[in-house]
Amino acid sequence: MLAKLKTIPLYALAAILLIFTGYPFLYMVATSFKTQQMYFTDPFGLFGSLQFGNYIQAFETGLATYFMNSVIVTVISVLLIVFIASLACYPLSRMKFRFSRLLLLVFVSGMMLPVHSTLIPIFILTSHMGLRDQLPALIGPYTAFNLPVSIFILSQFMSEISREVEEAAEIDGCSHWRIFWNIVLPMVTPALATLVIYNFLHVWTEFIFGLVLITSPENMTLPLGMQRFYGEFSVNVPALMAALTLASLPIFVVYFMAQEKIVSGLAGGAVK
Amino acid sequence: MPGRCGRFADCRRDPLPPLADRYGKDVGSLSEVIVNQTSNSSLRKGKKNRRRHRGWVICMYLAPAVFVYCIYIFYPIIETFHLSLYEWDGGFTRRFLGFDNFDKLFSDRIFWKALLNNLKIVFTSVFLQIPLGLIMALLLLSKLRGRRFLQTIYFMPHLMSTVAIGLLWMFIYDPVNGAMNRLLNVFGIPNIAWLSDEKFAMPAVLLVIIWQHAPFYMILFKAAIVGISEDLFEAAAIDGANAFEKFRYITFPLLIPTIVTSSTLAIVGSLKSFDTFYIMTLGGPNNSTELIGTYMYKQAFIHFNMGYGSAVAFMMFLFAFIAAGLLQVIEARRKVKGAA
Repeated sequence: MLAKLKTIPLYALAAILLIFTGYPFLYMVATSFKTQQMYFTDPFGLFGSLQFGNYIQAFETGLATYFMNSVIVTVISVLLIVFIASLACYPLSRMKFRFSRLLLLVFVSGMMLPVHSTLIPIFILTSHMGLRDQLPALIGPYTAFNLPVSIFILSQFMSEISREVEEAAEIDGCSHWRIFWNIVLPMVTPALATLVIYNFLHVWTEFIFGLVLITSPENMTLPLGMQRFYGEFSVNVPALMAALTLASLPIFVVYFMAQEKIVSGLAGGAVK
Repeated sequence: MPGRCGRFADCRRDPLPPLADRYGKDVGSLSEVIVNQTSNSSLRKGKKNRRRHRGWVICMYLAPAVFVYCIYIFYPIIETFHLSLYEWDGGFTRRFLGFDNFDKLFSDRIFWKALLNNLKIVFTSVFLQIPLGLIMALLLLSKLRGRRFLQTIYFMPHLMSTVAIGLLWMFIYDPVNGAMNRLLNVFGIPNIAWLSDEKFAMPAVLLVIIWQHAPFYMILFKAAIVGISEDLFEAAAIDGANAFEKFRYITFPLLIPTIVTSSTLAIVGSLKSFDTFYIMTLGGPNNSTELIGTYMYKQAFIHFNMGYGSAVAFMMFLFAFIAAGLLQVIEARRKVKGAA
């Protein structure tokens, strides 16, 4: 009995934190289903209404375009990141050479870099390449700035593989490419899945490069689109909340499907 | 540590390159070389070829990453420094200034204010965010029911896009209809214009930062605590330690390295902060929430002071560089201690 009493403050603390972390989401979703009228009369009612008018309106005002743009940029960037990181990690973690440790350190230290310190030259470079205000402009920076953490995570996984299988393949005369593609990569599939999810989350929500490199609405990704929505809909709060909910939906779908992967990837991605 | 011998051993394990055929028959296959013990000279020649081939392979695999790094990371950092020496509005002409931009920067009141605000983020991380993350982690590892559900919800804020977070919280902070004011009204506190009041804007945005990032530390601490050996807790239990004593004398001391590393990372995190502040306040009102990041953005892309903006950006690089160096030193010292 005493033991049970002792847990009550803990439950109370857990509940307070639950409200703190969860309430904003509840507010967002509940508001998105209200009419404007209802929002003004009862801004905090949670389950009062269920009408999808706001979602339709959000879609009609460009959300579909932003969504497509985000999908395109995210898919291409994530594939590039994972492919380039795997290529780089193969020699870095499977073949020891003179500067391999130093090189790995240089690659990984990119994690510490604030994007601001590269923003102006990348802006100028993008203009010179004729890519300014076009969707492909985002792919380069997104790839570059997600490589450090990807190389960090993947090189740890790759260096844990035992050498025996590889050696056997070498004696059989397998080329480096076949060892890489048919032996090493399949053995790190779980790590690759973690990388895909991790990078998806980062690229999907990236804001500042988009802000600097993209100006016209038809090329905007979701985070930029949402900001634009706010400019247009600051009066129509329910429609804005519908847009925010829709934009966050893919993240939470992935999260509920692969919670363990995200959590473990995060713990592994931070400096141990 | 593999020494010179170790490297040679590695070489020998190397596969026979398909290219080897081009270098003549005497190379043979690797196993043949080892089994037949071919003459010394041909062995040396084969080894040399293999080493050259191996160098090629390494370069080819690293090439794409090096290429991307050069274009989007190394070159921009150097160019940022180069541009910081000019007065330039983004047009065709620019004027060389030497270090004048930096001179101006060091006597720029707003820059120092921004730096102070960045420090506020660091302190908030160390003294509020990290402890909150630790408390959340301890709750998740306690004997409460529904821990999985708690973790699922606790972690959600960290996933959401910062733009969405900023916009969402702007309505929570709404001076008239916002949830925050309604909550405080219950305690008899009158409405506050959170984001447009110089006194309240910074704490208001910092609360959002805590909301977003505490779950990250929760996950770090949870992983670190799970990694602590169960034997220690059992031994403590035999000695009659209660839950608090176990935390005080086992968990906490063993978490100190994680706390130190997280605190150093908080410096880097603060330098990277931008989105939430840009969305919610744009550095205002009256620069009260200005960060180095928002200040740099405004100088370069709103006022088109590209040279001055570059000087701010280069300072950000220097600060991050120092923080990264600090982290390296801490890690190295920890390793030395671990070995001793």
